[in-house]
Amino acid sequence: MAEARTEAAPVATDLRQWQGSVPWWSAICRLAPRIVWTVVSIGLFAGIWEICWALGWADPKLLPPPHVFLGAISDQAKFFNTVSRWQVGAGQAEPPPPALAVVYTVLATTGRVFVGLLIASILAISTGIAIRYFTLFERLTLPTIILLAPVSPIAWLPVAIFLFGIGNKPAIFMVVIALLFHMVLATINQIDNVNRNFLNVARTMGATKRQVYFHVIIPAILPQLFIVLRFNLFGAWMVVLVAEATGVGYGLGQVIMLGRNTFNPSLVFFTIVLIGVLGGSFDWLMRMVQRKVLYWVPHEAGTLRGL
Amino acid sequence: MASRVFKPFSSKSAVVCRNLGKVWGEGTPRAQEALRDIDLDIAPGEFVVLLGPSGCGKSTLLFLLAGLERATSGHCWFFGDLVDNPSPERSLIFQETSLFPWLRVWQNVSFGLSIRGLGVAERREIARQALQRVGLAEAFGKRPDELSGGMRQRVAVARALAMRPKVLLMDEPFAALDVQTRTKMQDFLGDVWSQSGASVLFVTHHIEEAVALADRVVVFTARPGRIKTIIPVDLPRPRDLFSPGAELLRRDLTQSLREEVDRAFAEQEALAS
Repeated sequence: MAEARTEAAPVATDLRQWQGSVPWWSAICRLAPRIVWTVVSIGLFAGIWEICWALGWADPKLLPPPHVFLGAISDQAKFFNTVSRWQVGAGQAEPPPPALAVVYTVLATTGRVFVGLLIASILAISTGIAIRYFTLFERLTLPTIILLAPVSPIAWLPVAIFLFGIGNKPAIFMVVIALLFHMVLATINQIDNVNRNFLNVARTMGATKRQVYFHVIIPAILPQLFIVLRFNLFGAWMVVLVAEATGVGYGLGQVIMLGRNTFNPSLVFFTIVLIGVLGGSFDWLMRMVQRKVLYWVPHEAGTLRGL
Repeated sequence: MASRVFKPFSSKSAVVCRNLGKVWGEGTPRAQEALRDIDLDIAPGEFVVLLGPSGCGKSTLLFLLAGLERATSGHCWFFGDLVDNPSPERSLIFQETSLFPWLRVWQNVSFGLSIRGLGVAERREIARQALQRVGLAEAFGKRPDELSGGMRQRVAVARALAMRPKVLLMDEPFAALDVQTRTKMQDFLGDVWSQSGASVLFVTHHIEEAVALADRVVVFTARPGRIKTIIPVDLPRPRDLFSPGAELLRRDLTQSLREEVDRAFAEQEALAS
């Protein structure tokens, strides 16, 4: 891959010269409609909520509207000091200032999500490829993987605590175990769906089985696997919350639990917003990465419109 | 294995098939006989068009010759060697585009060379020459999705040529193209073929392509595919598609093909009722 990139470099510069440089404001103009629609979409949702509150349909004690729970950010932030209970970095005696506590908590949860996702994808992709590459390995592992795939992450929670106690490890374990089996099956499915012509061309060119896998199958399955990875990012966010909420560590899940135990709906909704913004941003980030890395995949492919 | 098989002929022929047959899913209840008793000799440098109704096993024959599938009866030889594996000397070109979308055009063209472990400089040079031969030197650094369907098929031909094949196996390579582009591609292929000196086995169900290109036309029967008749073509090249000779050939082929298409339809109707 690295070799291919350097070879492609002069061509890429040619192309850029040919297209001329794109000014920064044209990018903003291009993105403007999407930004506007995002704002409208969120505004609509929040607006309906606010109207329900204004009409007295939504009890502010149970369903505080956005302006209430977002207005009290500084107030809510102090609850993020769950961090001090698990003694991470910050002084043990006195908790970190509220704003910093929010940052610590978010970083802790995000870190688990990404470490878990990274471990799960590396394990899943290599296992999936090995299953199709070595028939014996397939016979030994695939039945078990299929049996384990439908098990809910909740069922793994006690296992996580038995094995790893509390802290980062069980939360990461939960993310990995929740995603691993599905991603293995997705990888196998992608391998089976590789265009037969690609394989036949490679075989006609004299490629060995190993070369077919490394030169054809792996690049061919990457785009779809990246999309699987993006969807699993959402899955990872869900699981990490469950893991944290049930006491395997500090983090956003603990904050939600605190909100529940202290009957603080504002805190719960504030945390939900935080998770939504984080998850959405990381999805956007991964789409950007996808465009850069998987440059041959058309950006708009798969969007059904115009019916 | 090769030594145990009787070789009843000299190795001068590029391709020899004897009693070649293929049953898909042999031994299962859904077994389907695709090819039966194919005997065929192809000389080096000869352009042979395999013509037949859809689903008559023409493509199966190419897959057997390419070594991608195994015959269920009979054997085929390539310059005297038994065909039992794929080889770059017998390049197969497909109907749909088969360029790797993640590689640049030149990387696609030199794919087989990178499999062999050639260095980058050498690969670029060979790719440049191969692209020049198909008239696409300017596409060198482009991506396959930036090219039109006809250009992509030319790149596929360049990729095959880069391996210096002795036989080009072409499976309806221009079927997905519009009529004008296809006519252009026929001219182009005629030129490439005469320069390369390779034999070409060209599968099609278009009579026009047979008239424009073939030294010999092998007409197949409906399923299971057998050789119905072999028609030699001695029209001068470049072909005048409106000459009396071409008209005559067109009529013969149309007649021959129509019988088989009718037979295939009658069989399908008999099955349905």
